[in-house]
Amino acid sequence: MISRIRKSSLTSALAAVIVIGAFGATAANAEDTQFVPLPTYRVGPYASSGAPWFAGELDYFKYINEVEGGVNGVKLDVQEFETEYSPDRAVEVYERVKDGVNGSSPMAFFITHSTPATYALGPRARQDKIPLIDPAGGRPESLNGLVFEYEFPLLFTYYSQGSVAINYIAQQMGGFENLKGKKIVTVYHDSGYGRSSQPVMTVLAAKYGFEDIQIPVAHPGSEQSAIWRQVRGIQPDFVVLRTWGVGTPVAIKTAKRFGIDISKMIGDVWASSETDLIPAEDAAVGYCGLAPYPAGTDFVIHKRLQEKILDTGMSDLQDKSTFGTVYYNIGMVNAALSVEGMRTAMQKFGNRPLTGDEMRWGLENMKIDGKRLEEMGMTGLLQELHVSAADHEGGGAARIQCWDGKKFNLVTDWIAGDAEVIKPLVAEVSAKFAAENGITPRDLSSE
Amino acid sequence: MGFMALFLETLIGGVLAGTMYSLVAIGFVLIFKASGVFNYAQGAMLLFSALLFVTLLKLGWPIPLALFATMVVTVIGALAIERIVLRPLANRSTMTLFLATLGLSFVIEGLAQGIMGTEVHALNLGVEDLPIFWGDILISQFDLYAAGVAITLTLLLALFFNKTRIGVSLRAVADDAGAAQSIGINLNFIWQVVWAVSALVGLVAGLAWGARQGVSFNLSLVVLKALPVLIIGGFTSIGGAIIAGVIVGAAEALAETYLGPIVGGGIQFWFAYFLALIFLFIRPTGLFGDAEIERV
Repeated sequence: MISRIRKSSLTSALAAVIVIGAFGATAANAEDTQFVPLPTYRVGPYASSGAPWFAGELDYFKYINEVEGGVNGVKLDVQEFETEYSPDRAVEVYERVKDGVNGSSPMAFFITHSTPATYALGPRARQDKIPLIDPAGGRPESLNGLVFEYEFPLLFTYYSQGSVAINYIAQQMGGFENLKGKKIVTVYHDSGYGRSSQPVMTVLAAKYGFEDIQIPVAHPGSEQSAIWRQVRGIQPDFVVLRTWGVGTPVAIKTAKRFGIDISKMIGDVWASSETDLIPAEDAAVGYCGLAPYPAGTDFVIHKRLQEKILDTGMSDLQDKSTFGTVYYNIGMVNAALSVEGMRTAMQKFGNRPLTGDEMRWGLENMKIDGKRLEEMGMTGLLQELHVSAADHEGGGAARIQCWDGKKFNLVTDWIAGDAEVIKPLVAEVSAKFAAENGITPRDLSSE
Repeated sequence: MGFMALFLETLIGGVLAGTMYSLVAIGFVLIFKASGVFNYAQGAMLLFSALLFVTLLKLGWPIPLALFATMVVTVIGALAIERIVLRPLANRSTMTLFLATLGLSFVIEGLAQGIMGTEVHALNLGVEDLPIFWGDILISQFDLYAAGVAITLTLLLALFFNKTRIGVSLRAVADDAGAAQSIGINLNFIWQVVWAVSALVGLVAGLAWGARQGVSFNLSLVVLKALPVLIIGGFTSIGGAIIAGVIVGAAEALAETYLGPIVGGGIQFWFAYFLALIFLFIRPTGLFGDAEIERV
């Protein structure tokens, strides 16, 4: 009994010391430190993507803190919260930390790292006035910031992904006029994410006269013979792959077995990483994908991170061979966009921790031009970005990279989506959402 | 492609794919048959063994040595689970045992990823996923090999259970554990043998599935494919697991091909459970499961 009491007391004392220490340290710095909570998934079914992704994000934030002394002197207090990619856990994290933890600043933004989480958090973010950042994810219609004031599908919405895929296919076929009468099959993950580019494909099919055939793959997609047998029967001219997780390598291997020409497939952002293609082995050679943030370590930012973070032992990366992979670069770009949003906001509100609404203003006025890209060391890795209150995407382009069996090679420069198609579609879908949810679109003239 | 050729190709492809489901289901059957435990951790064990194998290969170990070492570690792990987790819970309710294995699955998955990392590995067993043509009908070479492995494994297990002393003892335990114990059969030893064999079956299934979809955490989710197979085949019959796997594989392939386009597609996953539900109504113990008759 005595030993049990002693043990219990010791544990309590230790816990108290840890809590007081953590609280004291955070509280002391709360005035000049911005709290940045990150919902992450380093375990669970998507850990293989999460590990390099969040390492890229943490490494960039660390670079800002340790090398640049914070964002205009404001240090970032980055804390991770494990969600295993589960939206309900992401909501739990959001609710638990939105007002800050242990005396830290309230959170000024929330990088969701997951389209389902963005969908789940949208109404809460609108109420709490906290921006959700989900580059290349989220609701495609949330590009319209007049309706979706606090959602930022930066860089590349799912509508733009569909549009750029078609633009690339047109390039391969020698022009848009050659799309007429062609069969383009989209094999998609049967989920909100997988279905989200269907509206734009319908409009593009009508515009260019191709046949848009959509075939769903049930989650998780570990056996797809029946799917690709259907695709073979259709004899498509091109295939767009919008799968996720284990469904991608299985899709590529099965497609190859059924005689589908892999060089006539284009994967979307979430079906085009090393994690997807390594398990597909030789079947994936020649497979190309959309890359709003391409793979590679030749960009200037990688040299900076290599020297200041990796070589000094500060990197979060467990497996150093994943430095510069698609997911590492996604994480790095996500962090960089958050930092740039903060910098913009600080120009108006001062160099101090920001509120959610201030960060929203920062993101809506974020301009990353060629000169700024050079300063950031991200020329070629990140497109020029001009976000506005009406355009929460800001970019809408991607490069194409193809897999040679060992690594990706960039084969195009930036290809932009078709604004003529996307803008009216976004206006239509977001207006419908606003009407259904009783949202009055913002009137910018009164802001 | 004509209607008949498409039908046959779908059917044969589904049957062969179904044997992959059977491989996973057999591991469950072995343990359930001998001890009444529904081992939810079977998927995690499968992940651990496949991950260990590819990790050793990546470290430069030759295939035979890596395979042998994986077998040894897998068997030791299974014996440890039986001794440390399950044996102290003997005679507890079925739900207690199930929850213990559920918790165990989290521990094993965490350990596997913690020690060997979370990245995805390719696994090349030397069998390419190439098409073989029989007239117009396309058959997967890989699925043919997988089916061969499943059938060989079933034959080996049948020989083990019918022709060896331990196998006969195991059947006696499965029939009536109390009676078996009363005639001197060592229950603990039998359970250990079953866990060890089940772990080895898990290794085979892990390698087959790993070669198809890569070795990553997702391997532990293939148990979801085994559940409808178990419900249809019965939880206590290895032959039932094979036949039910074939039924599930063929039915879901035919459903996706012929019913899918009518209902919007993407039905492959839930169709297997729909089929299992029908079997639950018609034959709750499955095709070959043992119906327990109790005097009240």
